[in-house]
Amino acid sequence: MNDLLAARSQMAISLAFHIIFAAIGMAMPALMVLAEWRWQRTGDPVYLDLAKRWSTGTAIMFAVGAVSGTVISFELGLLWPGFMQWAGAIIGMPFSLEGFAFFTEAIFLGIYLYGRERISPRAHLASAIAVAVSGVSSAIFVVIANAWMNSPTGFRLVNGLPVDIDPIAAMRNPGAFSQTLHMVIAAFAATGMAIAATHAWQLRRRPASPFHQAGLRIALAVAIPAAILQPFSGDLSARYVAKQQPTKLAAMEGQFHTERGAPLRIGGIPDVEAGVTRHAIEIPGVLSLLAFGHRDAVVPGLDQTPRADWPPVLIVHLAFQVMVALGSYLALLALWAGWVTWRDGKRLGRHRLLLLALVAAGPLGFLSIEAGWTVTEVGRQPWVIQGVFRTADAVTPMPGLWVPFAGFTLLFLFLGVVTATMLYRQIIRRPQSDPQTTEQQVAQ
Amino acid sequence: MSETLWTLPNAVALCALLAISAYAILAGADFGGGMWDLFARGPRARAQRELIAHAIGPIWEANHVWLILVVVLLFSCFPPAFSALMISLNVPISLMLVGIVLRGSAFAFRSHDTRGDAVQQRWGRLFAITSLITPLLLGVCVGTVASGALHAPTGSETAWEIYFMPWLAPFPLACGVFALVLFALLAAVYLTVEAEDESLREDFRRFALQAATATFITAFGALLVARGEAPRLHDALTARPSALLFFAATGVAAVVTIWALWTRRYRLARISAPAQVCCILWGWAAAQFPALIPGWLSVEGAAAPTVTLQLTLIGLAGGMLLLAPSLWYLFHIFTHHEGEPTA
Ligand code: HDD
Ligand code: HEM
Ligand code: HEM
Repeated sequence: MNDLLAARSQMAISLAFHIIFAAIGMAMPALMVLAEWRWQRTGDPVYLDLAKRWSTGTAIMFAVGAVSGTVISFELGLLWPGFMQWAGAIIGMPFSLEGFAFFTEAIFLGIYLYGRERISPRAHLASAIAVAVSGVSSAIFVVIANAWMNSPTGFRLVNGLPVDIDPIAAMRNPGAFSQTLHMVIAAFAATGMAIAATHAWQLRRRPASPFHQAGLRIALAVAIPAAILQPFSGDLSARYVAKQQPTKLAAMEGQFHTERGAPLRIGGIPDVEAGVTRHAIEIPGVLSLLAFGHRDAVVPGLDQTPRADWPPVLIVHLAFQVMVALGSYLALLALWAGWVTWRDGKRLGRHRLLLLALVAAGPLGFLSIEAGWTVTEVGRQPWVIQGVFRTADAVTPMPGLWVPFAGFTLLFLFLGVVTATMLYRQIIRRPQSDPQTTEQQVAQ
Repeated sequence: MSETLWTLPNAVALCALLAISAYAILAGADFGGGMWDLFARGPRARAQRELIAHAIGPIWEANHVWLILVVVLLFSCFPPAFSALMISLNVPISLMLVGIVLRGSAFAFRSHDTRGDAVQQRWGRLFAITSLITPLLLGVCVGTVASGALHAPTGSETAWEIYFMPWLAPFPLACGVFALVLFALLAAVYLTVEAEDESLREDFRRFALQAATATFITAFGALLVARGEAPRLHDALTARPSALLFFAATGVAAVVTIWALWTRRYRLARISAPAQVCCILWGWAAAQFPALIPGWLSVEGAAAPTVTLQLTLIGLAGGMLLLAPSLWYLFHIFTHHEGEPTA
């Protein structure tokens, strides 16, 4: 394995791992706020139980998210010192702001988790809100940095080096809005659906359980709007990609040749040697319409880019297809679940088919997140900063990079397995609290 | 003198130094707590462990963020230095990260998996053991920089010479041990204040006194090693007035800590022990100033363009406005106040 490949793989594994916990860390506080708020409003102990149960899980996920995020912030230098030396001064700003968001997030999470008996219920709820707000802000800042890698602004290039740098202009790069929006919604959709799935699964076994009814309703309150909005926000992202990164768009769509009135391809396998995408369902003119607003716009194909500078077309295309397919399923499911909740929200346990569809949706949001990031990151290759800085020039000179790659992969694998069993022990297998024991807990 | 000292790069470097200090006195104590978990003994071992977990639980993640802040300040304001450090200290930093990951997650698993069975105990062991790794390697990294062993690549060195030799040396390793002992001292001192039970408090007083003694021994050891191994640092520490001042202050703080522990003035020790740690770090900075990486990069030479530094300082000021009250609130809620009934 060559060093560049090892470094890329290590970065990819670390981020793919971190993003799951980051998404959960962004959305779970919102769910807890809702449960906590319902408890304070209605006094129904089921909601208190939910908030407590969720916060145990979140505490574990948050810790794993924090340590894996720490690894990444060092890895940016350990693996890509060339990139950081080049870009640090331009793009450090959102990372600095992110640092403060981490502080408030960690501080108020500590207060929320351990402070229930020490502060007033109102202050307790406020600390949960602070966690939710700072979690989302930290994600916004870091995705702004990533959007800059896709559409770099805020400097002039002289002899390959940046001059006249302007960190504020860099933060206001063209991709920032669409990418942060899409990521934040993704976190809510994925986490909301996963939580809905666990409660739906339990409801299939105990259709009358008030605990799981309540959990499912709150999870759906977050998941439904997010999953419905996501295709629209994805459309916005795609337009920016079309403008800023035509090569990435061509790879996403398997568009080898520049074409007027390009079709939207659903599925299909791009054959790079032959320069065609086979077995796709083609809807004429729709790609032109979606990307540029009218049916006979010209969509630049991969033929506009030198062959050596193509990203891995097959991976990017398939990852994009996976994201869109799963996104469509989640959006339709959300419409269905919304309809049922509206009509018969108090007796969700009776809608067994819907519950089954929700259970199936459990992992899909996270799969879409992974697929989406694959599109973004692999689609940018061979650049680490689009059009400006090549990944190969960014990598550390240290030899033997497969050693840290193997080491960190094992470490994350271990953590992943442990976290999963831990959550299983804690959340799923823990004996059900029937109303009586819940009452006792409250009375204590 | 004063115009040349108050430059933007120096101001940002000072902020980074303060963030390192905050990390050392706050997160350092959390690591130290892990070490005492490992060495908990006697009839009250269980109570000792509970007190440690209780004290660390709500705050360790916030304390940990200071390290992130240091990293971020380095890469946005001193990008060449960040790059240089991450290349030449790649191995110890990677190992340190393994320690951070295992320690943090093991602690979370132990705290939130409340079954009290063998699995939970195993996490406790892992938490305790991995609490040793990070301070040791942190000390090693600081020691390597301070020793002046890092330098721009000459092109004719072997991988061993670039990536291992600078830190696998007596002085950095002595600094690593020193960091371990200091963090253990911090933790024990803070825990004397946290303990509500008199006999528990006596336990931690004893631990703190042991750690304080060990601090003296390792400090002198490190200084002796420095004479031969890091002559430049040694000369600066013993000759440069600013460094000498901090050096002397460290000694005073160390003596005060021991005296305060001896006479059971725990609140005084809680101030003097972290002061001692800060003076050590500031003495190191004063000894090597204006170098950022002695023998390689200076603060001025590694600094990012002025806009970046300005914006970062503004960001830091704004961030602190948010952070200071939040941190105060956190510590207010969770530190034990003598004379108050605890919840
Ligand atoms: C729950 C997760 C999820 C779902 C359901 C979708 N996406 Fe997505 N998508 C992401 C999660 C995501 C992501 C992981 O969050 C990405 C990676 C980078 C980013 O900003 O968002 C992403 C990136 C991403 C990009 C690339 C942006 C770039 O490279 O700058 C495009 C064009 C789309 N998405 C389009 C869509 C469309 C048309 C969807 C229609 C159903 C869709 N996404 C559903
Ligand atoms: C703000 C967030 C992110 C930043 C700053 C970032 C940065 C980077 C950098 C510097 C590289 C190495 C250079 C390169 O190969 O282009 C990289 C590669 C990669 N990242 Fe990201 N990344 C981010 C988010 C993510 C996320 C969340 C994922 C999740 C799956 C991800 C997946 C990947 C993959 C798969 C690669 C390897 C691409 C390849 O080499 O083909 N990235 N990223
Ligand atoms: C798209 C990519 C990313 C998103 C959406 C994201 C979001 C988040 C969120 C919400 C958290 C809060 C902790 C949690 O909930 O588990 C977090 C933690 C963290 N992230 Fe990321 N992150 C991303 C990529 C990165 C990158 C590229 C870095 C490296 C600079 C990074 C560094 C960190 C660090 C250091 C923490 C720990 C903060 C703490 O100690 O509390 N993240 N991230």
